[in-house]
Amino acid sequence: LSERTNLAGVRHIVLVLSGKGGVGKSTISTELALSLRHSGKKVGILDVDLCGPSIPHMFRVQDNAVHQCDSGWVPVFVDQEKSISLMSIGFLLEKPDDAVVWRGPKKNALIKQFVADVAWGDLDFLIVDTPPGTSDEHISTVEALRPYKPLGAILVTTPQAVSVGDVRRELTFCKKIGLQVLGIVENMSGFVCPHCSECTNIFSKGGGEELAKHAGVPFLGCVPLDPQLSQSLEEGRDFIQEFPKSSAFPALARITQQIL
Amino acid sequence: MAEAAEGPRPEDCPGTSSAQAGRAAACQGCPNQRLCASGAAAPDPAEAAEVRERLRGVKHTVLVLSGKGGVGKSTFSALLAHGLAADEAKQVALLDIDICGPSIPKMMGLEGEQVHQSGSGWSPVYVEENLGVMSVGFLLSSPDDAVIWRGPKKNGLIKQFLRDVDWGEIDYLIVDTPPGTSDEHLSIVQYLSAVHVDGAVIITTPQEVSLQDVRKEINFCHKVKLPIIGIVENMSGFVCPKCKNESQIFPPTTGGAEKMCQNLNLSLLGKVPLDPQIGKSCDKGLSFLSEAPESPAALSYRNIIHRIQQYCDQHHFQGEKTI
Repeated sequence: LSERTNLAGVRHIVLVLSGKGGVGKSTISTELALSLRHSGKKVGILDVDLCGPSIPHMFRVQDNAVHQCDSGWVPVFVDQEKSISLMSIGFLLEKPDDAVVWRGPKKNALIKQFVADVAWGDLDFLIVDTPPGTSDEHISTVEALRPYKPLGAILVTTPQAVSVGDVRRELTFCKKIGLQVLGIVENMSGFVCPHCSECTNIFSKGGGEELAKHAGVPFLGCVPLDPQLSQSLEEGRDFIQEFPKSSAFPALARITQQIL
Repeated sequence: MAEAAEGPRPEDCPGTSSAQAGRAAACQGCPNQRLCASGAAAPDPAEAAEVRERLRGVKHTVLVLSGKGGVGKSTFSALLAHGLAADEAKQVALLDIDICGPSIPKMMGLEGEQVHQSGSGWSPVYVEENLGVMSVGFLLSSPDDAVIWRGPKKNGLIKQFLRDVDWGEIDYLIVDTPPGTSDEHLSIVQYLSAVHVDGAVIITTPQEVSLQDVRKEINFCHKVKLPIIGIVENMSGFVCPKCKNESQIFPPTTGGAEKMCQNLNLSLLGKVPLDPQIGKSCDKGLSFLSEAPESPAALSYRNIIHRIQQYCDQHHFQGEKTI
């Protein structure tokens, strides 16, 4: 007897991981969702970063509340067409500055709920944005998603060795827990000065590509630093639509192509 | 003494004297769980005494926090340690409690070093004679080794770091933390409640997506009664080396740390600009302060370190420790 679960209508599940904080997991998750939408796909984002939920803000829906329906929680839609839906603890907080000071077991309980009780409906892709690390949230998320056979994980790093060092450990995590690695993205890879076009490698260059080669996983591409991208995210705007000429756009488009 | 059980409690702590003490879902993983479940209302006094004894020789303790990942906590902790240790008369210790992503060994040029045990406990790994470091990184045999632990096991290691490391007499103990407001943060504040903590330095970058998380961290500090020394705004602008124009790569769309500090009545310790040399130095395990001492970022860091030192000196407990 197979019950229709809330994830039954989701065709592909992709996790976005890192190991290192601040490399752009939430940014890449957001851009990937926007990019997939532009390719005509229906996308959901599940934000399991309970301490630092960034996803609601990136779509400018941080003040939205979550409603219940018969099958569980209704995800928050970012537009009229309901092409992108979100779930995050950010929507459940009374005040945005409330700190979620929970130990592991309580975090695990909420993650199980997020995986089982959100009424996603039919989606082409469910992107799961994670916090940095290899701990409770990651173990619980992968275990809860296992019956639904996720497509795999995209690992995000910045070019420098300190980031790559943490992402190596995340690769080990994926291997140990049986999660396929779809590839590595090297984010914040170079900055092109908008005034004189000089490229400076602020966070070094090449570490992500080298790691992919060393670990035998696909390299999905470099995404450069673009202040227009940061600005768009801050203001919850659609970067893909507004800045197709940005240097970050071709890289993001390539990454999306490889997922499709 | 009264208030012995007062350390940070997990959210929804049923109360140490309630019937649910130690038995509620929120109790799992809390260092007090066994004690509460056994009916004892206080945290294990033996453990608190052990930590207190071990850290008896520590004059000042500074926690480096954020809430947001990747803003430069470890970078700052490393430079703070180097900066304070520049005075050879001071003894400095750097404790890295980021168990999943320990960056400190690499940044201090100590990758591959292992921890040694002696009769008096674990020995910190020394960068200089007056600068010792401890991190889970030293317990891993390969850079690919992942520490895939749930909360309770992480807490256990943090307790060991405080209880079993032979720190000796230290002028400054700096604690580098992972992002977030979870097990590691609750545990370190709980275990350090046996000794005096000068306060926390909170690191952020200018954009709202960081400030959002940092406000939560500030609330965490208030909740657990941890004084905030001040805020550091990192990655604050980038000056192109060719044309010298400044770009805001991480734009302060809501006023940056400056506005947040004004709103919350906190001290802005300083702003540090982006400098490619910082990342390079960290990757090479060298001190950026020594590699590029005249750069604007180095000057900024040094000013901030000086302000932290001043704060510690002004708030020095005259040999008194809380029990």
